[in-house]
Amino acid sequence: MAAQTITEKILAAHAVGGTALAGETVTVRPDVVLLNDVSGPLAFEGFEEMGAARPFDPQRIVLVADHFAPAPNIAAAGAIRMTRDFAARHGIPHYYEPGNGGIEHTLLAELGMVGHGSVVFGADSHTCTAGAFNALGIGFGSTDLAAAMATGQLWMRVPDSIRVELTGRPGPYVAGKDVILEVIRRIGSDGAADASLEFGGPGLASLPVDARMAVANMAVEAGADTCVLEGDALSAARNAATGAPNGPPVAADPGASYRHRIAIDLGALSPLVARPPSPANGVPVEALRGQRVDQVYIGNCSNGTIEDLRQAAAVLRGRHVAPGVRLVVVPATQRIWRQALAEGLLDALAAAGAAVSTPTCGACFGGHMGILAAGETAIATTNRNYRGRMGDPDSQVFLANAWVAAAAAVAGEIVPPDALRAVVKAA
Amino acid sequence: MSALLQGRVHRFGDEVNTDVILPGRYLALRRPEELRAHCLEGLDPGFADRARPGDILAAGRNFGCGSSREHAVVALRAAGVGAIVAVSAARIFYRNAVNLGLPVLICPEAAAALKAGEPATVDLATASIRQGDRTWQAQPLGEEVRAILAAGGLVQRVRAALAA
Repeated sequence: MAAQTITEKILAAHAVGGTALAGETVTVRPDVVLLNDVSGPLAFEGFEEMGAARPFDPQRIVLVADHFAPAPNIAAAGAIRMTRDFAARHGIPHYYEPGNGGIEHTLLAELGMVGHGSVVFGADSHTCTAGAFNALGIGFGSTDLAAAMATGQLWMRVPDSIRVELTGRPGPYVAGKDVILEVIRRIGSDGAADASLEFGGPGLASLPVDARMAVANMAVEAGADTCVLEGDALSAARNAATGAPNGPPVAADPGASYRHRIAIDLGALSPLVARPPSPANGVPVEALRGQRVDQVYIGNCSNGTIEDLRQAAAVLRGRHVAPGVRLVVVPATQRIWRQALAEGLLDALAAAGAAVSTPTCGACFGGHMGILAAGETAIATTNRNYRGRMGDPDSQVFLANAWVAAAAAVAGEIVPPDALRAVVKAA
Repeated sequence: MSALLQGRVHRFGDEVNTDVILPGRYLALRRPEELRAHCLEGLDPGFADRARPGDILAAGRNFGCGSSREHAVVALRAAGVGAIVAVSAARIFYRNAVNLGLPVLICPEAAAALKAGEPATVDLATASIRQGDRTWQAQPLGEEVRAILAAGGLVQRVRAALAA
């Protein structure tokens, strides 16, 4: 047997026939199937039209009302009701909504449904977030997932792999966001097309699991089919805490074949900000110093974790949001929201002038909870800054980590977090 | 689905993402007639009114990148788009399009050369594109893709398999 990548090994373990070499077309049976209130309704209709009597395994389907939740209008309320009804009709226990849920990818990990070697098929492009747990999350559209619910499997081409070798330790104010923005900056928005991004190396140990979720989440912004990080003591500890599959991490064989390799010295990274309209437009935060912002948004499936909220609160505690600037903070799940409450983070943020929201995908995708008007500028910890992403086509979004976003809220403009003290004093 | 698709060409550039094809604020909708009017609204608000049944999009690199929203394909189909010719297309969009019976041909030469406003023909049987006296050969469609298109989409293909 030829030396295999992590991606090939995990897919082979889930493939009909038991092999999965890069370039082959295989049929894969996922451990978990994930849908939300936007992708779900189209899939539920497709499922019915396919004539499927029941889902392949109700226990392995997870339905999350997160995009338009709580519902901002009647159409959204109808979509959520369809999602809830589908769960009830087919005896699907894993249905979540505001009050017990959160953003699907963060929630899935909390539920212990993704661990070492898992495969998740999600009707959402950021399903690749599962890569943080030494798992493969693969994004699809609604009709593909209707078929996955009906048959328990889908065809796919086994992706090539690109190895990202991490060394060093990140310096102050450098987060997982900066690692992935650096990768996308180097290879471009389709640099990992038809490939899986595999991260590993000695630097990985210095990235907490929450930071790894930010890394994996934006693999799709490099065009990747999926993404996987090496497993280690940190991922094993997280899996143990959530009850997720926690066998030995899946590692690549020595001599496994990679399309190419990318080396990143974490110690050499500085906080990056991606200019609109592409996540590939990362530049050092210093280069954008002075860029005015109207709104700061801290949340979403890449950076709505407790680590992100701690970073934001560390910057904002004892300070205040600049006049004329709005700060919206959206913890990714109900559990994170409650932990942030218990740690005093929500109070520190609210005292500084933040509007703290219940968990939702919210304004990240231009849905609700902080839409931008024409001419407005936001800095956000989200994953896309496409034209009109958060509202009017003539609004713009800069992407950054939570420290950088919080610093911009205080200064009213983009500023390196370590320069904030001087900026605020001078004002 | 017929193997020969004919329509007028509309040209678009690189990185036409699914957010500009169907902006997020409309994602609580899902009916074709509701989504049609918003097709490509984020990039070209007049497109839905100009499009005619069978029209062909010629586009650049990474067409359909970003969000997995199948609503983007529903909107394109509802606006009349019959085929897409691109330099490259994002994986999820490509699958979504095929699954709903909208063929995407990968052909950088045709994507660059097709003239806007003039008719062109896509031949699915040979994965070729013709306009005037010029013909281009696209990447061949994969076996699974051809089977899904031949069935009229993934719903029909799975339905047939489940009924068998």
